[in-house]
Amino acid sequence: MIKKLVSRIIGKLRIAFLDLLPIILVVSFFQIVVLQQPFPNLGDIIVGLGFVVLGLMLFVEGLEIGLFPIGENLSYALAHKGSLFWLLSFAFLLGFSTTIAEPALIAVAKEAAEIAVASDLLKPESGPGYALGLRLSVAVSVGLAILIGIWRIIKGWPVYYIIIGGYVIVIIMTLFAPEEIIGIAYDAGGVTTSTITVPLVTALGVGLATVIEGRKPLTDGFGLIALASLLPMMFVMGYGMLIF
Amino acid sequence: MDMLGELGITFLYTIRDLAPIVILISAFHIFIIKESIPNFKKVIFGVVLVVFGLTFFLIGLEKALFPLGELMAKQLAKPEFILSGYSGSLSDWQAYYWVYIFAALIGFSTTIAEPSLYAVAVKANEVSGGTIGTLYLRVVVAIGVALALVVGTYRIVVGDSLVTYIMVGYIIVVIQTLFVKKDIVALAYDSGGVTTSTVTVPIVAALGLGLATVVPGRNPAMDGFGLIAFASVFPMITVLGYAQINDIASYINKLKS
Repeated sequence: MIKKLVSRIIGKLRIAFLDLLPIILVVSFFQIVVLQQPFPNLGDIIVGLGFVVLGLMLFVEGLEIGLFPIGENLSYALAHKGSLFWLLSFAFLLGFSTTIAEPALIAVAKEAAEIAVASDLLKPESGPGYALGLRLSVAVSVGLAILIGIWRIIKGWPVYYIIIGGYVIVIIMTLFAPEEIIGIAYDAGGVTTSTITVPLVTALGVGLATVIEGRKPLTDGFGLIALASLLPMMFVMGYGMLIF
Repeated sequence: MDMLGELGITFLYTIRDLAPIVILISAFHIFIIKESIPNFKKVIFGVVLVVFGLTFFLIGLEKALFPLGELMAKQLAKPEFILSGYSGSLSDWQAYYWVYIFAALIGFSTTIAEPSLYAVAVKANEVSGGTIGTLYLRVVVAIGVALALVVGTYRIVVGDSLVTYIMVGYIIVVIQTLFVKKDIVALAYDSGGVTTSTVTVPIVAALGLGLATVVPGRNPAMDGFGLIAFASVFPMITVLGYAQINDIASYINKLKS
């Protein structure tokens, strides 16, 4: 029994190690062959890599027995209840609540406020308010993105109509938005979906597309993450246009 | 002790990330669905594993990879290093060939280890009945990130407009969407959103900033970013492209038989 468990754990660790191997090879090649420098703090690096391998293995295990079932079960339960209002409320709240406290977003918003102050678009005292407004608009936009995405799954609309339409709007807004906000807006799209949110949201979408009749899990279940990256771009640019 | 302290702090950060989700889901289960989660204990155990896993993962990255990756990115962008392998001026884009190679390889390898991409790949494999292999999707997305970083670093060196590049990228995505089998489209779009989280961002940011500091005429505050935005567009192109190649291959097979 214990022997079996140990060999299973070693197997999983090996898989996690193989996922990490490319990074180890690339970093070693550059350090030894290209830059020709010794590794600083080799002990730290080896301990750190051990942690990464262990962490990756635990995460993957937890994903399958924890996060995926939670997302799937919620989608079944909410679909079973048959209340569109609660399903959409849940979608919005999930997007909003996971984004508002996202550390990467807080950092980007702060940086954006600093850039705006430095380029005389804002008075220094209105910097913090601007950063908060930016965070709120991104959080609202992610909430709306998940809501629209779930609504789309229920209605069975093709994802590309929404996404392509969104891109066209982004491109048009880019032409009119203040230059200082554009880079931040594009980056805001990338920082909204954390490592815990992605599996949950994916399981939710795929789960819904599985229980709703006439929807295919592959075609209809994905697309929530894409929307959660697209809408923040629009909202941040819109916010910039309103403020400046 | 120092290590233990760091572990504790990262653990608390992960808990804080998780807290809104736990509160929201519990509230919905108690007040609205009014049913408890099936296999409650097992699921909670899974969530605990995720929290511990992310904690160790992040600590390990902080300890091992980020300092080294950032140091490397800076060293590769140093004028002395660049001119030691190239007899020309720092304004030539060719001078930075090691930077492009590093960008491609580090983009590829960090994407392979990205946990959110792993999660999406597992789901895609599950719902496609195994036709979309977990490793295949990750490799195709990783190639996309590698290309993105090469083009992105090249753009910083030559100083072209970020907006033009991004728009061309979107236009390619739109054209590909028109000509591909539609069941892959949603997954391809999602692949763009999951590439840039935990592992890739810090190293890539250091590379962009380092480059913008060295290349004559670039301003780090204006030209240093944009690599992240590229890394969201290119994986869509490679995933759609991979699907198109498959479409064409199966079409040819049909013609043969």
